[in-house]
Amino acid sequence: MGTEIWGAILQIVIMISLAYPLGKYIARVYKGEKTYLDFLKPVERLIYKVGGINPDKEMNWKTFLRAMLTINLFWFVWALILLVAQGYLPLNPDGNGGQTIHQAFNTAISFLVNCNLQHYSGESGLTYFTQLAVVMLFQFVTAATGMACMAGIMKALAAKTTNTIGNFWNFLVKSVTRILLPLSLIIGFILILQGVPMTFDGKMEVNTLEGKVQNVSQGPTAAIVAIKQVGTNGGGFFGANSAHPLENPTYLTNTVECIAIMLIPMAMVFAFGFYVKKRKLGFSIFGVMLFAYLVGVFINVHQEMQGNPRLTSLGISQHTGAMEGKEVRLGSVATALWSVSTTTTSNGSVNGMHDSMMPLSGMVEMLNMQINSWFGGVGVGWMNYFTFIIIAVFISGLMVGRTPEFLCKKVEAREMKIASLMALLHPFLILAGTGLAAWLAVKAPEFVSREGGWLGNQGYHGLSEMLYEFTSSSANNGSGFEGLKDNTWFWNILCGLVMILGRYIPIIGQVAIAGLLAKKKYIPESAGTLRTDTLTFGIMTFVIIFIIAALAFFPAHALSTIAEYLSI
Amino acid sequence: MKIVYIKSIINGLIKSFRLTIAFCLLLGIGYVLVLWTFSRIASPNNGKAEVVYSKAENKDQSHKIVGAANIGQEFHSNKYFWGRPSSAGNGYDASSSAGSNAGPSNIEYLKKVEQRREIFLKAHPYIKHNDVPAEMVTASGSGLDPDISLQSAYLEIRRVAKARGISEKYVKQIVDKCVQHPLLGIFGPEKINVLKLNIMLDNK
Repeated sequence: MGTEIWGAILQIVIMISLAYPLGKYIARVYKGEKTYLDFLKPVERLIYKVGGINPDKEMNWKTFLRAMLTINLFWFVWALILLVAQGYLPLNPDGNGGQTIHQAFNTAISFLVNCNLQHYSGESGLTYFTQLAVVMLFQFVTAATGMACMAGIMKALAAKTTNTIGNFWNFLVKSVTRILLPLSLIIGFILILQGVPMTFDGKMEVNTLEGKVQNVSQGPTAAIVAIKQVGTNGGGFFGANSAHPLENPTYLTNTVECIAIMLIPMAMVFAFGFYVKKRKLGFSIFGVMLFAYLVGVFINVHQEMQGNPRLTSLGISQHTGAMEGKEVRLGSVATALWSVSTTTTSNGSVNGMHDSMMPLSGMVEMLNMQINSWFGGVGVGWMNYFTFIIIAVFISGLMVGRTPEFLCKKVEAREMKIASLMALLHPFLILAGTGLAAWLAVKAPEFVSREGGWLGNQGYHGLSEMLYEFTSSSANNGSGFEGLKDNTWFWNILCGLVMILGRYIPIIGQVAIAGLLAKKKYIPESAGTLRTDTLTFGIMTFVIIFIIAALAFFPAHALSTIAEYLSI
Repeated sequence: MKIVYIKSIINGLIKSFRLTIAFCLLLGIGYVLVLWTFSRIASPNNGKAEVVYSKAENKDQSHKIVGAANIGQEFHSNKYFWGRPSSAGNGYDASSSAGSNAGPSNIEYLKKVEQRREIFLKAHPYIKHNDVPAEMVTASGSGLDPDISLQSAYLEIRRVAKARGISEKYVKQIVDKCVQHPLLGIFGPEKINVLKLNIMLDNK
């Protein structure tokens, strides 16, 4: 057990110490300053040329958003067509068929919004062609979309008074070439050395030691695993995601992959501090997020190490912790750490089955996603926190009787209205969706059984499964309580819609707030300014986030996770 | 006015298409090709899943592939060490990995755990009722877990030694040889790859 805890500490220490220099680097990239990777300029110029783009043309926030939404619309159609037609396309050695239209709808949206919820299993639901031209491509470009939007917001907040917030295409391309691609290559190399497959051969047939035939699925796994971890995507190559021994063969790969989950989300927070030249503000935001993350880690590690009380009462020796849905080479501690990392960021990859984890671990996982702003998805996580900063500035401004200002700009009613809407949208989507599903499960059992019966577990845990699915969809996380049989019309369509709303409305709102603030008059700091880079303000933001989440979600948890915890 | 608006959308879509093609070239081909080439040179098995061989039975035979190194197999025979229960397909189906996704309070699941314990106790009548390790009665996350812990392997030694008619001490020596230590000696769990252990037993 001791070595497992040291392993977790190692992972946390490395992720933080790598995130700081990376954050510094990211700020330089978006500012267009000199970096080590400037030799990539010809590649970028070529991309601009093929794309017919002028990367120097400044955009105002509306043009910026229009560009973002247009390319996303195009990607949606692209994915939908390829997924339905994949059976007829090349690179399909296992002869997998096309997806049904509602499944393709869900899959297309899921990867488009950087959610990577998977209502199919990678071994049979996709071909190598769609794994690369849809899944992997989107894992790069949709992560870059989130980062580009954050870059726009940083530019808006750093400027004195301006109408423009930078060029969307420029930020998009640079996020791929300067940040995501190099990191994915490094991680890909490590994974390949450790035995993660990278091949275009089909299944490998082996005769086992006891003389049975075993078909081992493989494929270009390393390429996808690297970017799915780095870009807070999480969509695994195989059904079992990073619990699969070919996706995550050793403790070393597990360490690298878990660090990769947190790396960019953490670095983005530092990057903000460097970009707006307020390092202390960056640190204080980082501190709040890290605190919330570590609390979650502590609870989950404790829960999983203790094991399942029901098994203990059966007299089973749980010296390695709760092992249902976990792998021996990773151990219960590393799985608990991963479960918190993947839900605080909106990554959603798993190295053990969340559905089988202890009730309180499940609660922490869901709360992380329901709050969705501790580190969060690349770019968008920080943007969610930004929404709450606006609210915190406004409230604390009123409390101490000062004009609410953030980074020398007045926060007024219009920004506050947008921020409140953003903060309430997420709980609304989750709870309305879960409410509807629970209502149908009780009131329309014929409908549910016609759909194949949804729940893999009954009682409190069944409600947890539905709550988790909507939470994960709205937070664009993509992990799941996979006992839920979710490849049905109801879940595919409804989760698809929730994912779209949960992705684009917040981005539009947050970019709009930044665009509106950028246009305002610059008010130099004075003795009357409310300081936002202090510990007090950090705590204030934390409390506001926590209270909103608690008020919205406590009743739902009381009926699901907490009820199960108390009854177990 | 309207025509201008439609025109700008179409213009944007064309730009999007061209940019997507550019990304496909860079990532779908460039990035993938770099990693693929690297795997040809540096990966344990040319980019394919790593395999393990059993020893040839006579001189003319070449070594035979008996499995993927990282993928667990089902073992029923008393001659062999057993791995963990599996929920992948009908058990250790490496083309449809999956966990059980059973919640911790699921009644059917708890019954299944009890059944597995009875089977385990029947096969190992010499161990105490309360000594059955959790991992031997719970399904792994992938259903393909290749490993068990050292404690579990030690519990199985007597059964395997008896079935093979060799001394327990000798089997224990082989088990100890197969232990994979934590990363750098201090990070992560200690474990034993069941397939490799069984091959080693066969070869002795």
